[in-house]
Amino acid sequence: MKPHTLSVLVENRAGVLSRVAGMFSRRGFNIESLAVGTCEEPDMSRITIVVNGDDGVVEQVMKQTNKLIDVIKVSDLTQRESVERELALIKVAAETGPARAEILQIADIFRALVVDVGAKTLVLQVTGDTGKIDALEKLLRQYGIKEFVRTGKIALLRGAKTVKSSK
Amino acid sequence: MKTGARTLIEALQREGVDTIFGYPGGVVLPIYDELYDSSIRHILVRHEQAAAHAADGYARASGRVGVCLATSGPGACNLVTGIATAYMDSIPVVALTGQVPTALLGNDAFQESDITGITMPVTKHNYLVKDAADIDRVVREAFYIARTGRPGPVLIDLPKDVTTSQVKAGTPVPETVSLRGYQPTYQGHVRQIDKALDLIARAERPLIYAGGGVVLSGASAELLEFMETAAIPVTTTLMGLGAVPGDHPLCLGMLGMHGTQSANYAVTECDVLIAVGVRFDDRVTGRIETFAPNAAIVHIDIDPAEIGKNKKVDVPIVGDVRAVLQALLRRMQKHGDTANWVSRINAWKAQYPLGYGDDGHLRPQYVVEQLSDILKGEGVIVSEVGQNQMWTALYYCFRKPRTWITSGGLGTMGYGLPAAIGAHYARPDMPVVDVAGDGSIQMNIQEFGTVAQYDIPVKVVILNNMYLGMVRQWQELFYDRRYSYTELPPVDFVKIANAYGIEGITVGEKDGVREAIEAALAADGPFVLDFRVEREENVFPMVPAGAAINEMIGVRQR
Ligand SMILES: Cc1ncc(C[n+]2csc(CCOP(=O)(O)OP(=O)(O)O)c2C)c(N)n1
Ligand SMILES: [Mg+2]
Repeated sequence: MKPHTLSVLVENRAGVLSRVAGMFSRRGFNIESLAVGTCEEPDMSRITIVVNGDDGVVEQVMKQTNKLIDVIKVSDLTQRESVERELALIKVAAETGPARAEILQIADIFRALVVDVGAKTLVLQVTGDTGKIDALEKLLRQYGIKEFVRTGKIALLRGAKTVKSSK
Repeated sequence: MKTGARTLIEALQREGVDTIFGYPGGVVLPIYDELYDSSIRHILVRHEQAAAHAADGYARASGRVGVCLATSGPGACNLVTGIATAYMDSIPVVALTGQVPTALLGNDAFQESDITGITMPVTKHNYLVKDAADIDRVVREAFYIARTGRPGPVLIDLPKDVTTSQVKAGTPVPETVSLRGYQPTYQGHVRQIDKALDLIARAERPLIYAGGGVVLSGASAELLEFMETAAIPVTTTLMGLGAVPGDHPLCLGMLGMHGTQSANYAVTECDVLIAVGVRFDDRVTGRIETFAPNAAIVHIDIDPAEIGKNKKVDVPIVGDVRAVLQALLRRMQKHGDTANWVSRINAWKAQYPLGYGDDGHLRPQYVVEQLSDILKGEGVIVSEVGQNQMWTALYYCFRKPRTWITSGGLGTMGYGLPAAIGAHYARPDMPVVDVAGDGSIQMNIQEFGTVAQYDIPVKVVILNNMYLGMVRQWQELFYDRRYSYTELPPVDFVKIANAYGIEGITVGEKDGVREAIEAALAADGPFVLDFRVEREENVFPMVPAGAAINEMIGVRQR
């Protein structure tokens, strides 16, 4: 069982996301994360899905996703060279001077941005792969994380190669 | 200018629709008004579920797309079981539903239900049309999606303002459909085909396992040629019955939970299994690890998602079954010598025939045998679900494709009578018989009303055991005969039929069976035969849940 990152190119139509998500849940496929948005073609969207499963399960996931009429193309980026990013916002308690200084130092090392400074909290914004965000979250836990939100993963192939509709 | 409803009817006519099964209601009034003087025939059923099953039966008997129509809300929801039934068996149906006006969508308006949401898991695709200008394109796409690739039901939801609004007349309709997200593979990969042929050439004990895909792709002639050329025995699934003649010397009948002993032994012993248009369903395979344990498996199917889904295969071939069989035949240079294997199978067939008690009592198997003997394959047999279905599958000899219509994947009680109505409109030249159980027939018995109104010459053969027999059988075998809520009180089905104006006979003796069936078939109109059969008869052989398919109970030996 390891996470696979799938890039799914779909028609930009009402209901597409619920078709994809519904198929996953009814077939018992576990979605780790999901991100959807517009892409380079105005009439298409790209969904990036991270699923957990052995190779057989992921093969089924891909085939079943491909069967949806509104799905144009499915690729498994895990097998190929790709860049993957997530973004997280972390609201961390920073009530004392020393804590504040330490948090800022950690933020600096992680190249996180301070996007809000409150009397008792800081909000950090960090981008990176899953491991980096997990690491930052772990480090900040000692100060008290008030709120934490992260996007689903998005990913692209490296180099000139693209995930395009075959048409 | 013309209305959306008019546009819809013209679009349906363009698709060659001659019959619609439906039931009216508020938001489909504009469509019904157009149907009033249309050349399309509309059959008014008594429950929308029956409309969906009738469209499905029409599709199975004809190979064309069946069409049903219902109003929004309750009407649309009543279609769902029928749509799911068609979906599980890959049957091309287009379901049209009315919907509340677009301005009210999402408002919990009167008789609003999110039918595209509800049917998403049980349709191949569905549409909510929000602009009448899209009707032509959507209808064209819906029929194309329903009948091509792996067929299946497609639903089109039509808000009332869409069917009443005006569309510019004369807008060109696309001749062909091209969907970038839907491009089925029809031709098998040549390298895979040669790999399969190589296995077949070296096989000593090859077996063909054929299913509904053979019927759907119209590949019976090719399958017959293939099995005869290579002298390979064939077993079929419930859905594949009739794909090859049941009385062919190489045919082993059905495999699986209620398969024949020879078929199940052959699967267990074969060294190459050629799976054609099948999906390794659990009712077929029994314990999957022990299914065809000694075989290299070739799997031919148009749906790539079926390959490797339940069972690892050695040679996957994605493509239309007919096209792939043609390629196999074209490229076959040699085949193995199967004479020893065939004689071993023939020995099994002789040693383990199907059979039942012969003590003069009226048994359901006897009724089906007589029906088979009288019709000799010249009829369309529809079934309900339960023991009646299995006895029909086992004891009726199907000789041609599309003469056996049954709910396999979903196992929907109440399917038979409405599907028989649909089958009649597809094949008015053929006698249509619904073999029913007393439980199942009561699930859509209101369709006697439809049968009577249109004088549809459907013959209903009820194997009346006053039980939900199949469930009772499981209770007998696995729950210590605790018949919890499976006994049904006697019903006088002939009286019910008579109340609708339909003729019928009750038969309680073996002697009267043949005569009764002949009388029913000779009658011009519909006919109901209520056979009071041995109540606690079981369907055997049987593979208990979780067992390997060669571990059958209730076996007989000559
Ligand atoms: C709609 C539906 N409900 C319940 C079942 C479960 N079920 C399968 S067979 C069966 C009994 C069928 O009884 P009957 O029609 O009398 O047929 P018999 O087995 O007695 O021939 C039942 C309840 C089903 N298949 N479909
Ligand atoms: Mg019964």
